[in-house]
Amino acid sequence: MNRIPVTKTPKVYIGGAFVRSESARTFKVSDRSGAFFANVPQCTRKDLRNAVEAAAKAGPGWARRSPYNRAQILYRLAEMLEARSAELVGSLVRFGAREADAAKGMAVGVDRLIYYAGWCDKYAQLLGSVNPVASAHFNFTVPEPMGVVGVIAPDNPPLLGLLSMVAPVIAGGNTVVALASEKIPYPAILLGEMLATSDLPGGVVNLLTGFRRELVPTFATHAHIRAVYASANAEESKVLRLGAASSVKRVRLAETAGREWVSDSAQGLSLIGDFVELKTTWHPIGS
Amino acid sequence: MRPTPKAKDRPRFRLLFGDLWEYDPAPETADPKLKDRYDLFIGGRFVRPRSGRYFPSINPANERRLADIALAGASDVDAAYRAAAGAFAGWSALPGRERGKYLFRIARLLQDRAREFAVAETLDGGKPIKESRDFDVPMAAAHFFYHAGWADKLEYVAPGRRVVPLGVVGQVIPWNFPLLMLAWKLAPALAMGNCVVLKPAETTSITALKLAEVLQDAELPPGVVNLVTGAGETGAAVMGHPGAAKVAFTGSTEVGKAIMRQLAGTRRKMTMELGGKAANIVFDDAPIDQAVEGIVNGIFFNQGHVCCAGSRLLVQESVARQVVSKLKNRISVLRVGDPLDKNTDLGAINSKGQLATIRRLVASGVREGATMYQSPCELPERGFFFPPTLFTNVTQSHRIAREEIFGPVLSILTFRTVDEAIEKANNTAYGLSAGVWTDKGSRILRMSTELKAGVVWANTFNRFDPSSPFGGYKESGFGREGGRQGLLDYVGLE
Repeated sequence: MNRIPVTKTPKVYIGGAFVRSESARTFKVSDRSGAFFANVPQCTRKDLRNAVEAAAKAGPGWARRSPYNRAQILYRLAEMLEARSAELVGSLVRFGAREADAAKGMAVGVDRLIYYAGWCDKYAQLLGSVNPVASAHFNFTVPEPMGVVGVIAPDNPPLLGLLSMVAPVIAGGNTVVALASEKIPYPAILLGEMLATSDLPGGVVNLLTGFRRELVPTFATHAHIRAVYASANAEESKVLRLGAASSVKRVRLAETAGREWVSDSAQGLSLIGDFVELKTTWHPIGS
Repeated sequence: MRPTPKAKDRPRFRLLFGDLWEYDPAPETADPKLKDRYDLFIGGRFVRPRSGRYFPSINPANERRLADIALAGASDVDAAYRAAAGAFAGWSALPGRERGKYLFRIARLLQDRAREFAVAETLDGGKPIKESRDFDVPMAAAHFFYHAGWADKLEYVAPGRRVVPLGVVGQVIPWNFPLLMLAWKLAPALAMGNCVVLKPAETTSITALKLAEVLQDAELPPGVVNLVTGAGETGAAVMGHPGAAKVAFTGSTEVGKAIMRQLAGTRRKMTMELGGKAANIVFDDAPIDQAVEGIVNGIFFNQGHVCCAGSRLLVQESVARQVVSKLKNRISVLRVGDPLDKNTDLGAINSKGQLATIRRLVASGVREGATMYQSPCELPERGFFFPPTLFTNVTQSHRIAREEIFGPVLSILTFRTVDEAIEKANNTAYGLSAGVWTDKGSRILRMSTELKAGVVWANTFNRFDPSSPFGGYKESGFGREGGRQGLLDYVGLE
C-alpha cells in the first residue's frame, strides 16, 4: 500500500507565531484541477486588530535597528526564498500559474528582496537632505518610518505582488500587516514559514489570509495603521480612501498589474519614499 | 504647587515703570493701494463673477469694510480650470530656464512693493505690521526666488527618475498667512510646470489679488495662475473639480478630512497641511530667559493663528515655577492693539468667528479645572481682540491640551523625565511640529528622533525657510512644502 502523505494545516503568521483565525473559520482552497487542497484561515477583523497590535509592538525595535542590520535581514530572507524556491514555484503552479511564469516571478521576487536589502542603508541619503537655511541653524531632513503599514496584495501574481509590496515598506523601517491574495493564499502561507526562519523579528511582517470584502474596510479605518499600500479595484480604493480620511491615513494604490510586476518599473526608491515621513530638525549653531 | 514660592523661583528684578514710559503711537503709514472692488483673476484678467455677487472683506482691527471681493460660483471655478488647462501645454513646454525667469520676476516685483503688501496684509488679516513687514512678505518673496531656481533643474528632483508636471493643480489656502501660504503653494507648483487654480481664504483675499497684479506685471502667461475667491462652497468646487490633476490644501484637520472624503472615489493626488497641537518642551538645563522668549514667540506669534504654534508647553517640574512666573511677567507687557502700530506684539484676531472659537475653548479650560492667567492689557473697544492667555494645572485630557485653539492661548503641563516628556508630547492625534529647549546637543537629537512631528525646533521656534521641508505626521497631514522634498508633491514620476 502506498504511503499516505501528511498534509499540512495552513496557518497564518502573526507576531512571529503560526495561528489559526481566532474565529476558527476557514475557507476551502482547491488546486488547478479543482481538487480539495486545504482549509485556509478566514481571518476576521479581530485577527487584523491582533496583527496590528503585534506589528505595533515590533515597530520601535525594527525602526531602531541599524540600516545595515535591516539590510542583512532582508538579504537573509532572500537566501531563505532562494533555497526553497522550488517549493514556492510548485505552489504557484499547483494553483494555476505556468511553470515558466512562476519560475520567472520567483527569481524576480528574490532579486527584488536583494534590491531592497541594498536600499536599507542608502535611501536616507537620497530622500533626506541638509538644508541651507538663512539662519544660524544646522537644518536637516531625515526619513523616518511611518509605523504600521497595511498591505493588500494582488491576486495576480499572488506571491511576487505580495513580496514587491512588503519589501519597500519594511526596508523603510515600518512593520506590516498584509492581506494575502484571496484567490491564491497558499504561497503566502509558505512565505510566512520562510519569514520565520529569516531573522526577521516576529511581528515585523504579519500575513493574513481571508476575504477582502471582510477585511478591507478595517484596513481603511484602523487608526493605528498609518498607511495602506493596496492593490485594489475602484470600489475597494474608494472604501480605503474614505475610511482613511477619519485618521488622515496615507493611501498608496499600486499602479502595477499582472505581468508588470516582473518589470524593474515595479520597484524603486520612490516606493520606499511613499512609506516614510520626513522630519526636519532645526539645530542651533553657536558656542 | 506649594503655597509660598521659593525666593529663587521669583525673578530677581522687575522693572516697574507704570505709565511713565508709555509708547507713543507709531503707525505704519505706507499706502496699501487697495481697490474698492476685487474681481476674480482668470486667464490673466480680472473678471466679474458670473453671479455678479460680492462679499465684503473687513479689517478685523476695527470691523470696517476694506473692499468688496467677488464671490466665485461653480461656473467661475470651471472657467478658471478651463483657463488653466488651456495654459498648461504652453507653460509646461516652456524651457525650465524661461519658466524660472517668471518666478524670479515675481519675487523681485514683490520685493519692490513689499511695504505696500505688508500694510495690506495687516489691514486685511489683523497681524502686527512688524510680522507682515519682517516675516510674511519677505518670506513670500524668498519662496518665489528659491523655487525659481529649481525650474530648470527638474532632473535633479528625483534620483533615477524623470519627473513631469502633473497638469492643473487646485489649491485652497488659509487666512493665517495669506500671502505666504499663497507663495508656498504657487511657487513649487509653477516651478515644476503646473498651472494653478487657487482659492484664498474668504477673510483674507486681498493680498492674493494684489499678487495677481504682480503676476500681470511679470507678464506671466495668462491662465497659468487663476484666483477664485469665496468661502467654503467655492473651496469645495476647487477641490472637487474633475479638471484637477492634484489638490493641495492647507487648513483645519476637519476640513482636510472632508476633502479626503470628497475625493475618495477618485485617484487624485492630494497633499494636506492640517492642524497641530505642538509640544514645546523645556528642560531644566535650558537657557530659561531664551526659552521664555521662544515660548512667547511659539504661541503668540500671529496671535497664535499658526498651525505649528507651540500651544502645549511641557516644562520640567524643577523649573516649572520659575518658567511660569517669568512667562506671566513677559505676557503682561506684550502690547496688544492696533496691528498697524510698529510696536504692537499682538494684533487682531482674524475674524469674529475665530474669536468665538477661542472664547469657547478658553471657557472649557476654566470649566474643566485649569487655572487661567490673562495679561491685564487693555483691549481696543472695536475690533476682534483677545488677551495673551496661559493655563496652568492642565491635564492631558483637557480640551485645551488636545484641541487646536488657533489663538493666543498656552496650555502648560509639566513632566519629570525625558521619557515622560516624549510620551506626553506624542500623546496627540497631531504631529506637525515640536520644540525642544535644552543645553545638551545629544538630548536635542534624541528628542528629535523620538518626537512624532514633521518639524522639530531646538532652542528656537516658528522658524521657516524655503529650503526647509515643512509638513506633518499623523493627522497633521501629508506631503511637504519647501526644499527638494516639497517639489515631489508637484510632479509625476516616469
